[in-house]
Amino acid sequence: MSQVKTTINRRSFLKVSALAGGGMMISFSWLAGCTPTPEEVLTMPKEWFELNSYVKIGENGTVTLMSPNPEFGSNVKTSMPMMLAEELDIDWKKVIVEQADFYPERFNRQFTGGSQGIRQGWKPLRTAGATARQMLVNAAAATWNVPANEITTEAGTLHHKASGKKAGYGEMASKAAKLSVPKEVTLKEVKDFKIVGNSKKNVEGLNIVTGKPLFGIDYKQEGMLIAMIVHPPAFGLKLKSVDDAAAKSMPGIKDIFTIKTLPDDYERSAFDTAAFTELVVVVGNTTWEVMNAKKALKVEWEEISDSTMVVNGWGGKETVKIPKGLESTSVHKAKMAEWASKPGKILRKDGDPEAMFKKAAKVLERTYTAPYLAHNTMEPVNSFAHVMADKAEIYGPTQAPEFVRNTLTARLGLPKEKIHIKLARMGGGFGLRAYGHHMVEAAVISQKLNAPVKLVYSREDDMTYGIYRPTYSATYRAALDENNNLLAFHVKAGGIPETPAHANRFPAGAIDHYLAEGWEIESNITIGAFRAPRSNFIAGAEQSFLDELAETMGKDPIEFRLELLNRAKTNPVGKDNDYEPARYAGVLELVREKSKWTEAQSNVHRGVSAYFCHNSYVAEVLDIVIQNNKPVVQKVYAAVDCGVVVNPDAAANMGEGAIVDGIGNALYGELSFENGVPDKNNFDKYRMIRHSEAPKSIEVHFVKNDIDPTGLGEPLFPPIFAAVANALYKATGKRSYTQPYIKDLNMSSFKM
Amino acid sequence: MAIFNLTINGKKQQVDVDPATPMLWVLREHLDLVGTKYGCGIAQCGACTIHLGDIAMRSCLLPVSQVGNQPITTIEGLSEKGDHPVQKAWLEQDVAQCGYCQTGQIMNAAALLKQNPNPTDEEIELAMNGNICRCGTYLRIKAAVKSAAKASSH
Repeated sequence: MSQVKTTINRRSFLKVSALAGGGMMISFSWLAGCTPTPEEVLTMPKEWFELNSYVKIGENGTVTLMSPNPEFGSNVKTSMPMMLAEELDIDWKKVIVEQADFYPERFNRQFTGGSQGIRQGWKPLRTAGATARQMLVNAAAATWNVPANEITTEAGTLHHKASGKKAGYGEMASKAAKLSVPKEVTLKEVKDFKIVGNSKKNVEGLNIVTGKPLFGIDYKQEGMLIAMIVHPPAFGLKLKSVDDAAAKSMPGIKDIFTIKTLPDDYERSAFDTAAFTELVVVVGNTTWEVMNAKKALKVEWEEISDSTMVVNGWGGKETVKIPKGLESTSVHKAKMAEWASKPGKILRKDGDPEAMFKKAAKVLERTYTAPYLAHNTMEPVNSFAHVMADKAEIYGPTQAPEFVRNTLTARLGLPKEKIHIKLARMGGGFGLRAYGHHMVEAAVISQKLNAPVKLVYSREDDMTYGIYRPTYSATYRAALDENNNLLAFHVKAGGIPETPAHANRFPAGAIDHYLAEGWEIESNITIGAFRAPRSNFIAGAEQSFLDELAETMGKDPIEFRLELLNRAKTNPVGKDNDYEPARYAGVLELVREKSKWTEAQSNVHRGVSAYFCHNSYVAEVLDIVIQNNKPVVQKVYAAVDCGVVVNPDAAANMGEGAIVDGIGNALYGELSFENGVPDKNNFDKYRMIRHSEAPKSIEVHFVKNDIDPTGLGEPLFPPIFAAVANALYKATGKRSYTQPYIKDLNMSSFKM
Repeated sequence: MAIFNLTINGKKQQVDVDPATPMLWVLREHLDLVGTKYGCGIAQCGACTIHLGDIAMRSCLLPVSQVGNQPITTIEGLSEKGDHPVQKAWLEQDVAQCGYCQTGQIMNAAALLKQNPNPTDEEIELAMNGNICRCGTYLRIKAAVKSAAKASSH
């Protein structure tokens, strides 16, 4: 058991509790059964007693738990309340989960991204649950006149063994709510968990399968207008003039105007990314009418000039150059090849790699590249906004309400506390919704109209006004002696506009002579976080290269990695190595066992890959079989070490999804540019993985340990790219260096 | 604008709209049935799937003027309490991640099972191939379709 200090300030939340009372959606935990038995139906209490920001208990014992973080499909709306419920010691069947509004004074870190929700919520949420439990215990102790430490709790019941006294939480709730908050509470040990570690169904399940209005795009309010934007058709263009005469007179159209979302000299945060700050806006009664009017607009565009902007990002203030020009993928490719051949910026150097490459008997050198990717969340970008003279209400999909609120404050001229952001369930996020330009656009439009408005992007707007995964390149070199011993390792990785290099990750620390370099090329095409940023490319490149290197050295690819990890564990090279070799080796050993790697199967072509990111370790084995001259992904095995797994079945679901997502992007994902224009604008051109292309089965195995939980939404995604490449090589005899791999296949005798 | 008399989820509904308006927007914005989702607008993703009679149909390309007398079922009308075998199977398998595409997947699966109560894996893949799930829940969808088929045959 561990003692933790509570940091819950009671006065601050009592003062504001009336404001935060009603969330938008209420869910019930009995959703496992579609037709609940009478015992399963929760009765609403007459009165709620708030024990802290996260916990309300009714006089009848029903419990409301607030889910603080925005939900984009990683199921935090179930798993975060599970952490509260565990320490509160209640019956999960008595729980109602409510989505919290953005309320930083009440809730810890309301940000969904970087696979950090569970990791960073672990202590605060458990502490909140334990604090509420202790207050109920203290209330019972005072009522029964017995020492608090003699009272035990179980499933929402308080019990004093010596006197035989018993009470439900509901009976003590009103008293507990009046007590002072304990300064210190005790958290449970992992072995005593009853809820955490036992799969619970998605609390929103029934609402999802019955089509309830859960998403921002479903929102409607009396008097609400629909707005759509017209943005420049190419990166590198801006608005010159609009002729809206024909469009304005079309049925259902209320207004057409232009907006400027951010002043040119605005000091942006890292999440204010937006290529187009001047937009044409069409406002009308219905989406269909607005879509039609958009087509009738005559807009002229002109090229932008070179400019700079100040971005206040993670690393402090930075002046970013935005070059003019209409960029094309063919030019990007030539530039990237040129930069890959020049020395880069040295990011890490151990030993004397140059000398080793000079004396090498053999050098293996390979360059890997990948294109831009669009997020393509199934729910297109949208947001509701109602900006009034003295306050603003915003409701829509966002992973990062805190960042957008700062921008809204600056742009609307309203104080922070007057901007109320409600967190809609998101129809996918994948990093896109960390960026808040859509909310700023909706708010600026609403302010201008002085009316509630819902901004909706068409799929085409969504795909062509993106904040894309950048295009990358990585060149790997390995120096070998005449006996195929590894002498030195060199990675030089770059991209437009950022390098994907993680200089201190594996195999850094495992090789005496090591060099990591990076390079970056400026661009006016906007990029941003995309499921496991940078890792989503560099893992595939690195793990493909290690596969080929192992083959060149005549070693089994798993054994080769384990040898390197053993070196990093027993005698690490350099410092700041950003991984624990033993846990890394652990997932490779687990996947080797689960996949029966050592037992070769005829006609099954296997690829292995492993990676560490977002504080978690993953190893994957992917099996391909050839059917009708077509490679088919038959099975994927994943071994994951992410510490304690809060909700195992949901965790497996997310792992399966990341694997399917990765296979899809590795094989098909690609966005190219021609004179600044994205070459795809909808799903007829942008190939997404579909049912028949998904693996026939996936096994996700978790390493069992008591380590505090780490990331899970992202870590299974990056390594799968190399598992695909390495298995395809076994199947086809040709290595793929360029994503998407479908292009290599279509040029071979195999088709996909 | 023109008046259309529609039968949706067993209920008579009248709307006064541009005849070219796709059923997707009639449902979502004129009748407040938002379980039918907008995903692509060009019948490529399946998020907007409804039943026209017993047939799964992409409502984003179906003009209201083409519906005529055919009854329409949306996710809101698939069952009264969310207890259609396909919905139950979805909950059993805990299929959803973000959940946005799932109503379209469910409508498509329900129509498939009506036509073919015992589909093979290949038949499921083929029938469901027009419904994209960006979260990648395809395996659970397949498991749910199979479990719904099994439940219905008992």
